[in-house]
Amino acid sequence: MTNKKIKKIALYLFILILGLIMIYPVLWMISGSFKSDNEILSGSLNLIPKEFKDGNYSAGWAGFAGISFFTFFKNSFIVSSISTIATVLSSTCIAYALSRIEFKGRKFWFAVMLVTMMIPAQVILIPQFLIYNKLNLVGTYIPLVLPHFFGQAFFIYQIMQFMVSIPKELDESAIIDGCSKYSVFTKIIFPLLKPSIITTIIIQFYWKWDDFMGPLIYLNNPKTYTVSIALKLFADAGSSTSYGSMFAMSTISLIPVFLIFLFFNKYLVQGISTSGLKD
Amino acid sequence: MKEKFRRFMNEDNVVGHVFALPFIIGFFLITLIPMALSLYYSFTDYRLGNPISWIGFDNYTKLFADDRFMNAIKVTFIYVLTSVPLKLVFGLFVAYLLTRNIKGTTFFRSLYYVPSLIGGSISVALVWKEIFSKTGLINVLLSKLGGEPLSWYGDQKLVMIPLVLMSVWQFGSAMIIFAAGIKEIPKSYYEAAEMDGANKLQSFFHITLPMLSPIILYNLIMQTISAFMTFTQAYIITNGGPNDATNFYALYVYNQAFKFNSMGYASAISWVMLIIMGIVTLLIFKSSKSWVAVK
Repeated sequence: MTNKKIKKIALYLFILILGLIMIYPVLWMISGSFKSDNEILSGSLNLIPKEFKDGNYSAGWAGFAGISFFTFFKNSFIVSSISTIATVLSSTCIAYALSRIEFKGRKFWFAVMLVTMMIPAQVILIPQFLIYNKLNLVGTYIPLVLPHFFGQAFFIYQIMQFMVSIPKELDESAIIDGCSKYSVFTKIIFPLLKPSIITTIIIQFYWKWDDFMGPLIYLNNPKTYTVSIALKLFADAGSSTSYGSMFAMSTISLIPVFLIFLFFNKYLVQGISTSGLKD
Repeated sequence: MKEKFRRFMNEDNVVGHVFALPFIIGFFLITLIPMALSLYYSFTDYRLGNPISWIGFDNYTKLFADDRFMNAIKVTFIYVLTSVPLKLVFGLFVAYLLTRNIKGTTFFRSLYYVPSLIGGSISVALVWKEIFSKTGLINVLLSKLGGEPLSWYGDQKLVMIPLVLMSVWQFGSAMIIFAAGIKEIPKSYYEAAEMDGANKLQSFFHITLPMLSPIILYNLIMQTISAFMTFTQAYIITNGGPNDATNFYALYVYNQAFKFNSMGYASAISWVMLIIMGIVTLLIFKSSKSWVAVK
């Protein structure tokens, strides 16, 4: 064997072993959802359970306080879907204004947008909470979804990057044909933004799906809990919940994210890399 | 009249403001006004349900005498300074490996990305908690290798390790950004270097790294900001303990505000956080002039 071949095999082995280590915790969680508590607590490394315990999922799904995980999933879907749709509509409009329309203050608002990207959420969290509290909105979904109607800098920026690649001549010829700038957006720009919109949908949906701090602060009635907060409480219940069913519910909670990843992998990778590139 | 209105609505100035309106409203409503309020609260003793009174700089002077606050700064910095460089070095290293001529690059890239995809979720935090527990996976592995099981969450010196590892484990998104950057480097550069007798290591340090420097800067800033704000992992896995050893800044703010109802004090803490993060970001930008190659 040549030196080069050995090197190549070593490279493959390294990549493969690293991949296994990376994915092991996830596989361990899935296998844990089929194990008995005794087996989990004894710290077994096995991915294949000694004996299949199939009751974990049904036991976990029953949830707590008489509320099943169906409710929590439904809540998460409502919050994540509304937020995602709102983000797409608002961020595309804002990106259109900032990258296509010559209006007074355009540069100013663009700079403001870049700055807001760097403001840590914690700084505005407390006053926001106090405002919502004063308006009696704590306990509703409004604090969780409302901010998304005002666009989100990260996505506006990413959509603007994409918009650069749409030729300006398209807008101009449409305007010559009698289109207003409003219909240029709805008839030409918005449809052409499809790849960028899909990226936004994916990323925003799973950010929102995973969001923990928002629901932790704003939701106070178990009936309104999202999956993330429900999981935490489910785990806290300790003695009354088994580790097996906790792993089972953890596994289920990741399914929507995994599905999105499987179907839109291409767009996701594209989106992540374009938001970082081009300066 | 109608015609006049139509023409007015189609002026660039009007169209631009109409489309940018959500952002402009949002900026005032959910950013600027809350920030101003937060600054005001930081000079008060505001507690929910109590009347507000102005106490000047009291919160800020109290901060510097607050050992728990000083400790929060310290542990947050330790976390940022260990997790961010490790994550970036790892992400870059793996991105580089995957751009080598090998089969299945897409598959492996997706595989390595999975932790970043799900890493922010509560499920993964709960799993991580179990993996490092007394009888968890890591301790079983340690004893199989002939070592002693460790008390990861009970020992102040060890507790940072599971949290840093969890962050490094999520190197996938940094990796994808690096990989995209590496792909953009023209092949001819490497060929020229090879002709001049440079080996792989030399071309990595003299071509790949400088060409990637703007992307390294972007990743560095983004990862630093998000590491400073780490909350969920600490809240779920260690709850700040033991003995405040992982009581990160964000967690301390949260507890002051929502557990102890010290809204005024918590606002002051978050302003100091904003200032510290601003300085750190500025320092990174300033230093970047000496190490980021201008295209």
